[in-house]
Amino acid sequence: MSNTQMIEKYRTHFLREVEANVEEGEWVKMCMQCGVCSGSCPLGKHWAHPPQEIFMMIRAGKREEVLTSDSMWMCTSCYNCIVRCPRELPITHIMHGLAHYAKRLGLVPENQPTAKFAQLFWDNLMKKGRVNELKLGLSLYFMNGFAEGVKTSLARRKLGMNMVKTGRMNPMEILGGHGVKDLSGFKKAIQKAQELEDARIAKQGA
Amino acid sequence: MTEVVATNETILVVGGGISGLTAALEAAETGKQVVLVEKRPYLGGRVSQLYKYFPKLCFPTCGLEIHQRRAKTNPNLRILTMAEVTDLKGEAGKYTATVKLKPRYVNENCTACGDCAKAVEAEFEDEYNYGLGKRKGAYLPYRMAHPAQYVLDPRILGTEDAERAKAACKYNAIDLDMQEETIEFPCGAVIWATGWRPYDAAKIQPYGYDRFPNVITSVEFERLADPSGPTGGKLVRPSDGKEAKNIAFIQCAGSRDRNHLLHCSRICCMASLKQCTYVADAWGEEADVSLYYIDIRAIDRFEDFYTKVRAIEQVKFIKSKPASIVQDQDGNPVVHGVDTEGYKRYANTHDLVVLAIGMEPSVDKDSFPVDIVLNREGFIEADPSNGGVFAAGSASDALDVNRAVQHATGAALRAIQVVNGAAGVEG
Repeated sequence: MSNTQMIEKYRTHFLREVEANVEEGEWVKMCMQCGVCSGSCPLGKHWAHPPQEIFMMIRAGKREEVLTSDSMWMCTSCYNCIVRCPRELPITHIMHGLAHYAKRLGLVPENQPTAKFAQLFWDNLMKKGRVNELKLGLSLYFMNGFAEGVKTSLARRKLGMNMVKTGRMNPMEILGGHGVKDLSGFKKAIQKAQELEDARIAKQGA
Repeated sequence: MTEVVATNETILVVGGGISGLTAALEAAETGKQVVLVEKRPYLGGRVSQLYKYFPKLCFPTCGLEIHQRRAKTNPNLRILTMAEVTDLKGEAGKYTATVKLKPRYVNENCTACGDCAKAVEAEFEDEYNYGLGKRKGAYLPYRMAHPAQYVLDPRILGTEDAERAKAACKYNAIDLDMQEETIEFPCGAVIWATGWRPYDAAKIQPYGYDRFPNVITSVEFERLADPSGPTGGKLVRPSDGKEAKNIAFIQCAGSRDRNHLLHCSRICCMASLKQCTYVADAWGEEADVSLYYIDIRAIDRFEDFYTKVRAIEQVKFIKSKPASIVQDQDGNPVVHGVDTEGYKRYANTHDLVVLAIGMEPSVDKDSFPVDIVLNREGFIEADPSNGGVFAAGSASDALDVNRAVQHATGAALRAIQVVNGAAGVEG
């Protein structure tokens, strides 16, 4: 379902929308606003809205502000918040769930680096069934244009050389690279997973 | 050998804190025979370690003195200190209790003159002051201890200190040959009043209780504020003795946290509000108090007290559960977190941090000598299958003194009904 359809369906009940559509979203109502997650987040000062505030915004129905926010994309999955939350909310998973949902609805802020990298990772993985680290690294360097890519590559070349020397990276991977043994089987598995996911989303939309 | 005269109509009270003492007195004053068993060398429990009560800010010594007076004059009450119930067999109306008595090495001749303490040199951590001070190897646990008898620390036995203590005593009260005893006696009903203990603050890793000397618990702060405490009532911090004027209280330290205690300990909000008045009283305008909280649970009539503390200008209320505490180079604790009102990050430096530590049952789930129904937090449930065993006070739940005493009176009545049944008396 599109963004406008979702708005039509849930209207002012954003919490209900999150509970139904976001992974682990049913936990949001359990937050007691103590603030331990926000204070424990190592990247907290870079977030426009820390997790605790995101949960309150969801309950306050601030749909647009939440879903177009950059905040949940800042999560690095360190799990500090999860282990410290006095109510055992799976905060990390909720953040990823929100990011995923925003992506589904096409609400991710333009040029959000984490979202961009996640897409690069996925595209890279889908080609051979495994991540080609050399290509992924390079595509990350060139993510923001050719000139910046060259600059970054030069700056990091020592790291690259060391990785080659210690056998952590194979420069020949640039030519196609190796994949999983059963690539068509892998693709089938992914296709099946996508079907299941689509069916789940279609059911929620119904 | 310690003799205990008891029958199936005797009520056994386990624990001599405010709840056990209340239950024992209420039962004994109706004419029932009561045996009170206390693990410590004196009665009064954790209440004896409080400086003031909330909300009236009066002194627990007052009520304790009345209780002790009642205990001294009641012929129906037998008190066993340094004693623990190790086994309880039977059923309602006919139990057999096994009690282990640790040697005090001081007999009834003791007049509490204190000569033995003067003679002894060895010093140990003072349990009464939660280890904040030292006491001698021969000691009166605290100034109002009942029974008013000194105790010899078993660690001085076999040393010259023991002989010095014995030589110093003019009343022949020191008996170094005293042995541990195990006694058995019958009883009809049992009141279980083993109370609570503070949650182990070191388990709350981000707050650094085990790493930073200037992070203490609320029970320790109570000893600091007490004029008869280790600092003579001066609010100074443990690391360097600096006057602690800028003090932070952190609520829900352990409580309401699924990683620690599942329950709300119920007393900590009021205890911290009370302790805010200690700081304001001690330093006046120079006091600078920050109280970090999730929500203030000052229930029913306590709301007035909350309003009163809220009106103290030197007390700031910060709606936030801090995420962590670090220590700066001067030994000051720095409290980190995000304020729920505005979602601003803060890093506040204080002289001293007091953790409003939660209450947990003092007896571990597996250590009860008798089958008993516990709830998931480890407190005793009121359950018919407990037979003639009734919980009193904070063995049953996290209760303040007022509610614990009410609960203990109720437990006394239940126990009386059981022993009346055993005696064939109606009612």
